[in-house]
Amino acid sequence: MTDLEKMNQKFEEEVAPGGNGEEMKLDDTRRVKVLSPGMMVFKRFIRNDLAVVGFGILLFMFIFAFLGPVFSPHEQTQVFKGIGSMTKDYAGATYNTELRYTIAEGQSFDSAARAQFLLALGKEQETFTVGDKVFYYVSEGEGTYRILKLDTVGTVLVGVFKTSPGVTAPDGLVEAYEAAADNKETSFTLDGVVYRITKSGKAAQISTEQDVALASLNVYDAYTQTNESVVASYDFRLASALALKDEIESFDLNGQTFSIHMDEGKATVQDSSGAEYAEISSIIVNPLDQSIFLSMDFKSQVREAIDNGIQRFSFMEDNGEEVEYIINRVNTTFNIKRETPTELIRAYESPSASHWLGLDSNGMDVMTRLMHGGQVSLLVGFVVIFIEVFIGIIVGGISGYFGGGIDTALMRFVDLFNSIPFLPMVLIFGSVMDTLEVDPMARIFLLMIVLGLLGWTGVARVVRGQILSLREQDFMVATEATGIRTSRRIFKHLVPNVMPILIVQATAGLGGIIITEATLGFLGLGVKYPLASWGSIINAASEAHVMTNYWFMWIPAGLLILLTVLGFNFVGDGLRDAYDPKMKR
Amino acid sequence: MRNFILRRLFLGIFITFFGAMVVYTVIRSLPTSYVEAVARQRASNPLSTKTYQEWLDQLNEVYKLDVGIIPGFFGWMGNAVQGDFGESWHFGIPVTEKFSQVIWYSIIINVITFFVQIFISIPLGNLAAQKQYSKTDYAITVFALMGISLPTFFLATILKYVFSIKLGWFDLYGLTGRFHTSMTPIQQTFDIAYHMVLPIVTLTMLSIGGLMRYTRTNMLEVLNSDYIRTARAKGLSERVVINKHAFRNTMIPLVSYMSYLIPSMFGGSLITETLFQIPGIGYISYQAILRGDIPFAMFYTTFLILLTQISLIIADIMYAVVDPRVRAN
Repeated sequence: MTDLEKMNQKFEEEVAPGGNGEEMKLDDTRRVKVLSPGMMVFKRFIRNDLAVVGFGILLFMFIFAFLGPVFSPHEQTQVFKGIGSMTKDYAGATYNTELRYTIAEGQSFDSAARAQFLLALGKEQETFTVGDKVFYYVSEGEGTYRILKLDTVGTVLVGVFKTSPGVTAPDGLVEAYEAAADNKETSFTLDGVVYRITKSGKAAQISTEQDVALASLNVYDAYTQTNESVVASYDFRLASALALKDEIESFDLNGQTFSIHMDEGKATVQDSSGAEYAEISSIIVNPLDQSIFLSMDFKSQVREAIDNGIQRFSFMEDNGEEVEYIINRVNTTFNIKRETPTELIRAYESPSASHWLGLDSNGMDVMTRLMHGGQVSLLVGFVVIFIEVFIGIIVGGISGYFGGGIDTALMRFVDLFNSIPFLPMVLIFGSVMDTLEVDPMARIFLLMIVLGLLGWTGVARVVRGQILSLREQDFMVATEATGIRTSRRIFKHLVPNVMPILIVQATAGLGGIIITEATLGFLGLGVKYPLASWGSIINAASEAHVMTNYWFMWIPAGLLILLTVLGFNFVGDGLRDAYDPKMKR
Repeated sequence: MRNFILRRLFLGIFITFFGAMVVYTVIRSLPTSYVEAVARQRASNPLSTKTYQEWLDQLNEVYKLDVGIIPGFFGWMGNAVQGDFGESWHFGIPVTEKFSQVIWYSIIINVITFFVQIFISIPLGNLAAQKQYSKTDYAITVFALMGISLPTFFLATILKYVFSIKLGWFDLYGLTGRFHTSMTPIQQTFDIAYHMVLPIVTLTMLSIGGLMRYTRTNMLEVLNSDYIRTARAKGLSERVVINKHAFRNTMIPLVSYMSYLIPSMFGGSLITETLFQIPGIGYISYQAILRGDIPFAMFYTTFLILLTQISLIIADIMYAVVDPRVRAN
């Protein structure tokens, strides 16, 4: 076999695999593998790594935004609430520093008298007078004073007894006085009446005494409401004070025997059957709200906790529920806070298994909102670019096809539109929509229209430029020769030829629109609550404390925007290269 | 050439005029209840010395709201041409006075950004072009695209998060520090400069991407041209080829690109200034626009339109100056 024959053989084997010897014709379609222009673009596109990466990113974004909500277990505007314990001020407690007066039945001890009493107490005088009445007080234990009114029976001056006018002294008074004076006693009893000796200068006065009031720093709390009147009575208080002073375990009152127990700063009074009757303490416990009734057990527990310096205690409610209380000390007052189980919005909750990106300031799932926000952001991008391309093709097509005066006029119009500053105009629209309180959904559509109307000039220019060069080509001469309608010539023959470059332009433009929309959202002028867009989600970061503490609220949204725009730019670049291989990027 | 410039100037004036008219029409077409609400709100402000009716009267007087849109616009234009842009509602002083107070902060920030941007992106863009499809090229391209794809507010927030909160190097907001008033003039200057660092970094990072890509594309185009092949064929060193033959030719489109940056240099950067609360023209305008300060909004938009037109005219003239081929046409 000659070399030539060998080559032929090899060639035949190559063109006809299998080597069955079937001869191929020159125009056999199998000889030349023809790729359609679209296929060639596709092949060049997938050879570009960056473009493929960009396409992958976009694919992911679309799946995330449009399929994600289907799989997300949460709703966009679902507010997550949880039972959290919220500490609320419940009661206050304070050491009583003011004397409280219990006035004996049928007596009066008004504020003027109280002031005099306090003065006398401060000056350590034994007696004080209010008007023409003379009062005397006795200390009955720490912080407890028994106030008595004195009715002078007579005066002893240098051993001479003189009865007061209008009073008849009982027999033996002088003798009894002398006996008492010798023993340096301040009081004596005669015929069951107690007489008190008060000295003023050299004179000594003998008076009968009458219980008026009991001033005490102690607070009395009855265990049951039926006991309250007894506990509030002068007799009860006096008897208990005396018992406390003398450290007697029991006292009798109204034919009843009460027992009294001292216990770390408070005393408990029990009746004869051993049931708790009243509590005496120097700590006042008051509810912060009139509607709250504090049970005695609770007050007792508060006092115990304060005495023991405990900051936290739990108390069994009537319904058997254990509630935690916290005691905060502020100087001499104690604030008792109740840990109330409240239904709280779980705002700013950190990422967890059920909420991958946590919850936002309204307790909504950030991940789900990102998905829905992605829908809005992507949709706004596509609708706006559609509006831009639509207007751009019409204006650019007409301008490029007709040329001349129409072209000049339309292009000046494009220049004019192009000169209008984009951002200030969009801001003005945004603030007007704010003022008019446009419905969030309508707002999105208005936003799309405004963005589209302000951005079509670039497309118009590109279309015009392309059509200017295309209309001189042979196929356009052919359409003219065959007498096709002008509108058909433009939109059926010219525009499809502009399509490739338009797709490139639109893809690259999408990124810009998404950024614009996000910027508006960030400034609070775009998509509004309860709807979301990526920009409006990042808006949360304009509050410094959110930016500082809750990264999951704004960084994911920002990354999604960055990736999406990057994806559109990569794909746009890739498409440009693929359509026009000569002009590499 | 003179005819060209004259024609271009005329077109610029034409567009500025009608652009302002469009903006005016838009602002005027907004629901009047809004304008009234603004007047009411202005009047209820305790700092305001004017009543609701007075504000409304002023509004009617300055903008001739009681006459139609077109006469109203001509009234405004007549005053504006004489330099009278009215009194800002929000700031209570003449618009031009407020403008001259704040414009310098914007200019300083943006001019510095401009130079930093040029020094970073042109060398990198050239490098990427020379090593096309290398790892360096891909890295630079991705970096540039990242810069383009980053939303301003996100970058600024990230920078604040990292440098202000985590590292504590800069203040979160403002142009002056806490002890600014007790500083010597030199310290005050440094204080302001210090507070401008983050905004400048933000603006630079956002803008280098575009310029870098533009430089790279142009450099590639030049490098693939015949005269570069000729220069190489002559046996010139690569450095001479790049610096003398290639780079100079890339300057033509670059110069025009830079003149497109003029509006951003003098028009302020609304978002960045707002985020860092730098009292430049951008932040001030943002406040004014949000509060419906029509005189300021009109002034700012007209100012921007004018800047854009100037930049376009300069770009066209620059083309002609730099490239003799354009001049010939």
